[in-house]
Amino acid sequence: MSLLELRGVTKRFGGLQAVGGMTFTIEKGEILGLIGPNGAGKTTIFNLINGFLTPTEGEILFKGELINGLKPFQVCRRGLARTFQVVKPLARLTVLENVMVSAFSRTDHRNEASRIALEATAFTEMEAWRDRLAGSLPLGMRKRLEMARALATRPDLLLLDENFAGLNPAEVEKTITIVRKIHASGVTILIIEHNMRVIMSISQRLLCVCYGEKISEGSPAEVANDPRVIEAYLGAAHA
Amino acid sequence: MTKSLAAALLSVTALALLPLFVSNTYVLHMLVMVLLWVLLGQSWNLLGGYTGQVSYGHAAFFGVGAYTTAIMVKSGLSPAMAWWGLLLGGILAALVGSVLGWICFRLRGPYFSLSILALSEVLRLIAVNWKDLTNGAEGILYIPAFNSKAAYYWIILALAAVSFLTIRAVMRSKFGFYFLAIREDQDCAESLGINTTKYKLYSLLISAFFTGVAGSFYMNYMGFIDPGIVFSLPDISIMMILCTMLGGAATMEGPAVGAVLYILMSEAFRVFLKSGHLLFFGILIIVIIIFFPQGIVGTLRERWAGRRLRAASPGISKEVA
Repeated sequence: MSLLELRGVTKRFGGLQAVGGMTFTIEKGEILGLIGPNGAGKTTIFNLINGFLTPTEGEILFKGELINGLKPFQVCRRGLARTFQVVKPLARLTVLENVMVSAFSRTDHRNEASRIALEATAFTEMEAWRDRLAGSLPLGMRKRLEMARALATRPDLLLLDENFAGLNPAEVEKTITIVRKIHASGVTILIIEHNMRVIMSISQRLLCVCYGEKISEGSPAEVANDPRVIEAYLGAAHA
Repeated sequence: MTKSLAAALLSVTALALLPLFVSNTYVLHMLVMVLLWVLLGQSWNLLGGYTGQVSYGHAAFFGVGAYTTAIMVKSGLSPAMAWWGLLLGGILAALVGSVLGWICFRLRGPYFSLSILALSEVLRLIAVNWKDLTNGAEGILYIPAFNSKAAYYWIILALAAVSFLTIRAVMRSKFGFYFLAIREDQDCAESLGINTTKYKLYSLLISAFFTGVAGSFYMNYMGFIDPGIVFSLPDISIMMILCTMLGGAATMEGPAVGAVLYILMSEAFRVFLKSGHLLFFGILIIVIIIFFPQGIVGTLRERWAGRRLRAASPGISKEVA
């Protein structure tokens, strides 16, 4: 049984088809990269999986159970967490409080939530920022807070939405290390990323979407050399 | 026990001893009114300040609490028995709130704020027109149970203290964290595992309950209500917002500071301005929202934190808040 399975998932907004017939699986323990040009429907796929959107057609199975139609908080409680491309810090709470909010999805006790949050902030190397208001963080730390918060919900599957965008080279390296650490701790990862160097080095498998449809799937090298992928990014002349 | 809790308990004890030294009934009446507004401000603050669900119609709950007690006496209970209205009024107010919240909290944006405004007006019109039950616009009058102001003072002090400690405990628990998360970003809250509809409803229930209790106390104390008084948009709903915003929304002390200033100001206006007070309070709310959105307590706290921040070493990575 795959950890996550999409079967012919389609999402239409009125006449616009944002995602069409999307079918793929993620096995437990994998890192699957999701790439595609701007507007290809990557974030929409995340929104469908995490319950912000309901598919027009198709089925989404998580741990073998149908999850489309569930609300985001229900999906989260089943062990599926996500980060946001446009970061959403709880601005007037401190970093630690932010992470405690998500830890409360696993415990009702304040001390236990605080312990989980300390652990998650240490794991993402944010110890020095714990008492800062989340609204006052620089972008790099906001992106990392997204990861710490998602981790504190103790997910089995983590959806990372462009956690590298806007980071400087040192922060990129740091984030790669953290993502590898998260993966090594037993979390399966689905990651959207535009930075090709990052995605090629992190992912075990790649999936390329364009205009809401899957155009290529396979090992990073296979997908990167697929003429359809090159065409989608650079135009027919280069394919 | 933390320092802030000790300070709170100490002030309650000090306040409880006050009637032993103050016998002036006017002063005691003022103190009762201040504490009533502390209770009201705190109730509004939980929902509007901490949870971010702004209510323009909390008079609905105040009126339900007041009329519960009034109707109990009207239908034959003794005024002493009417004290049970504190509990019943609170519960009925929470019930009314839960129906409204159940409908409105699925939606975001101004739906709740506007629906509750409408609800309080609907209830006012019902109270005016259902004469068999409420005596209509004439209102309900009875002789209160106690002669001594001090008795009322102690009761409202206990109610304000209970609500303070309850809300404080709530805000330090999982509920408090969830309320704040909902205020800051509902999408984020949902994706972090929070059933936002449910937790907004919890916040409303607690808020409505204490507002209903306050309404019931008002009836017990004043011995007279009519629909225009207890379901009043300007005198109840808006003043609850004023008290909270003036003192500092989303702070534990804010509503208390706001209540003291509000009662002092309204007493001053009663003498000097007559009925011009609403105009002044309206302008005051606008000034607060534009220049001091965090209110007195919030602004002072920020100044203080800022001074500590500047005093800290240049690498301000640690311990700012």
